[in-house]
Amino acid sequence: MIPELGHFALILALLLAAAQGFFGIVGASRGNVAWMRAAQSAVTGQWVFLVLSFGALIYAFIQFDFSVRYVAMTSNSLLPLFYRIAAAWGGHEGSLLFWGLTLATWSVAVAVLSRNMPLPFKSRVLGVLGLVSVGFLMFTLFTSSPFTRLMPAAADGNDLNPLLQDPALAIHPPMLYIGYVGFAVAFAFACATLIEGRQDNDWARMARPWTLAAWLSLTIGITLGSWWAYYELGWGGYWFWDPVENASFMPWLMGTALIHSLAVTEKRGLFKSWTLLLAVGCFSLSLLGTFLVRSGVLVSVHAFATDPARGLFILAFLVAVIGGALALYTWRAPALKSEAGFELASREAFLLFNNALLVAATGLILLGTLYPLVMDAMELGKISVGPPYFGKAFLIPMVPLVLLMAVGMHAIWKRSRLGPVMHLLWILLGAAVALALFVTLVVYEEFHLMGLVGFTVGFWLLGSTLVEPIKRFGGWRTLPAGFWGMTAAHVGVALFAIGVTGVESYRIEKDISLGIGDSTVLEGYEFRFDGTKNVQGPNYRAVEGTVVITRDGKPVTTLHPQKRFYASGGNPMTEAGIHGRLRRDLFVALGEDLGAGKWSMRVQYKPLIRLIWLGALFMALGAAVSATDRRYRARSKVSAAVMTGHAAGEAAR
Amino acid sequence: MTPRRKRMVAVAAIVIGVGAATAVALQAFQENIMYFYSPSQVTAGEAPAERSFRLGGLVTSGSLQRTPGSIEINFTVTDNAETIPVKYSGLLPDLFREGQGVIAHGKLGTDGVFMADEVLAKHDENYMPPEVADTLHTPKTAGGAS
Repeated sequence: MIPELGHFALILALLLAAAQGFFGIVGASRGNVAWMRAAQSAVTGQWVFLVLSFGALIYAFIQFDFSVRYVAMTSNSLLPLFYRIAAAWGGHEGSLLFWGLTLATWSVAVAVLSRNMPLPFKSRVLGVLGLVSVGFLMFTLFTSSPFTRLMPAAADGNDLNPLLQDPALAIHPPMLYIGYVGFAVAFAFACATLIEGRQDNDWARMARPWTLAAWLSLTIGITLGSWWAYYELGWGGYWFWDPVENASFMPWLMGTALIHSLAVTEKRGLFKSWTLLLAVGCFSLSLLGTFLVRSGVLVSVHAFATDPARGLFILAFLVAVIGGALALYTWRAPALKSEAGFELASREAFLLFNNALLVAATGLILLGTLYPLVMDAMELGKISVGPPYFGKAFLIPMVPLVLLMAVGMHAIWKRSRLGPVMHLLWILLGAAVALALFVTLVVYEEFHLMGLVGFTVGFWLLGSTLVEPIKRFGGWRTLPAGFWGMTAAHVGVALFAIGVTGVESYRIEKDISLGIGDSTVLEGYEFRFDGTKNVQGPNYRAVEGTVVITRDGKPVTTLHPQKRFYASGGNPMTEAGIHGRLRRDLFVALGEDLGAGKWSMRVQYKPLIRLIWLGALFMALGAAVSATDRRYRARSKVSAAVMTGHAAGEAAR
Repeated sequence: MTPRRKRMVAVAAIVIGVGAATAVALQAFQENIMYFYSPSQVTAGEAPAERSFRLGGLVTSGSLQRTPGSIEINFTVTDNAETIPVKYSGLLPDLFREGQGVIAHGKLGTDGVFMADEVLAKHDENYMPPEVADTLHTPKTAGGAS
């Protein structure tokens, strides 16, 4: 009974989403206040019914209701409660419902938190969000309902993919979705601006905190995914340029460009149409990501199902959304004017370079991700683009980006006035080169060109970012939150660059065969294999190895890598043993019994790998701090009055 | 320099920079495109001799061979029509099994043995890489046109 109620709630939510879309957009264009208010009520209604619907699904999981097909597919009577709840979004159908709920939650947040927004504009924003929601809920209902019953009911479930039975991965998809879907808000603001043909920059100021919040979630989601892949997949890598990873990374890059471009539009009224285009592009890439992941065109850990109907539906939806938005853009954007000029070394110019380079990086990744699909669709052969391409191609825009960042942060709006700061920056650059040489030659005892370049740009950026905060430390309270957010995020980029450089230049990876008592040495660390034993977990049994690590005869740690066999299937899983420190990780994964008392084993030395995730967390922190900036909360009385007046005028029209 | 000259120099520098970057990116792209071949295609001599490529098929049942205690492993990959011997040294993925789908990256040796530097198995047990599924000669179609 409960699953049917969930299904019914989903249908009601779809109807309300349609009402939200219709009354929001048509109500605003007719100036019908009652309709606009109806759209706002529809937002809340849609959200309530989606919460009920998703609650019904979670209830089915908690109750082990294996008569529901989706529950039977993704859970199991031995699955612990936490993972039973996480399983609600661990498969295709549930994750789509969760997507719809996330979108509704963002919409409610916009409706509730934007009290100062003119009513017609707000209702257009909500209307656009309603239309996006209609697409998603229809997709869920018609091609992938999680409430479909199984006749007869299964005696026991299939189990959640053991790869997903992990705390980081249980929250990785929700964070990612919150981010993906959050870009829908920026998209809706952009569409509403285009529909109204607004010439002012208010939309940029209103959209920026939402974009920051979405970007923040996406950053955390991607970081969790990377961290999970590192310790769970047993390869010891943090990023594989897997098409699905790229699918989440492209909106992130575009979102990064959007955050910066919004700042220019907000403060200087420039790049108006470019910012709108970025907002559209960013959400389009999020939808493209959904298409790639959910349509089954990709071979990947993430591809759940191959159902052509689903792929076709998402493709049609993608074309409708992108096509509609671009048509709107071509119709309205030419009327937008950015009149102010700026000089070559002004802040605007640096942010323009930032945008160009980030978009170029997105384009290079898009090329490598889509090219194989296009070739395959045109029957020109089955190819894949190897990770080395992405690694190299990504560096091309990134090195200049980081170098320009170090200078650009000190540029002022409108004019080229870098003189006095440049002197200091040159000194810092010299110091960064010297420090990078020291690190490569003395600490890691080996010259490595990309290592030198990477450390130099990383150290330089770190130094340059810290100049202003140190100078103004006494009066830190007077500085806006936006400044501190920027500082934290840029420190994050520097840490990230240093981390990636360390790992990529100086990692050591070995696959070897070790007998009991045998040992191998990596960078002075001796790894001794002390044999294996059997252990029992709640829904798996495992073979656990013991590896004792010593350095110069002194014990460092003992690692226990496992090979797990889940009760639900013969699908073994690697659980790596990791000893992590800020300056290096030691990684051991257990392979298989090779016979003759030996085991295959993967041992790795990963310098500075933690800085990668730490850097990403700093970036997320920066976004969080920036979003709290006063200018997004308090509004001067004058502009509030103008807005209300504007609203009244619009409504009367 | 006059502002006008300055701007010209800046524009020229950007154009040269973008051009060089595009060239490097396309070069990297060209080098890293990997084609997929089935055992039948390799036997027919379609696969390149110098370049790395991806070989996909099923791990032939009973073909797995390893000297006890050694990390090196030999097996053959089949599409139910032809088989190709593969040599690999390293950890095998968790889902590597005889009779299951596999994709190996590597180069073809002069002796006809495929020297794999990476072996990928399918990601879950209900799933077959589409490339492999497409090229398999299932008993039904093997007799007819393939």
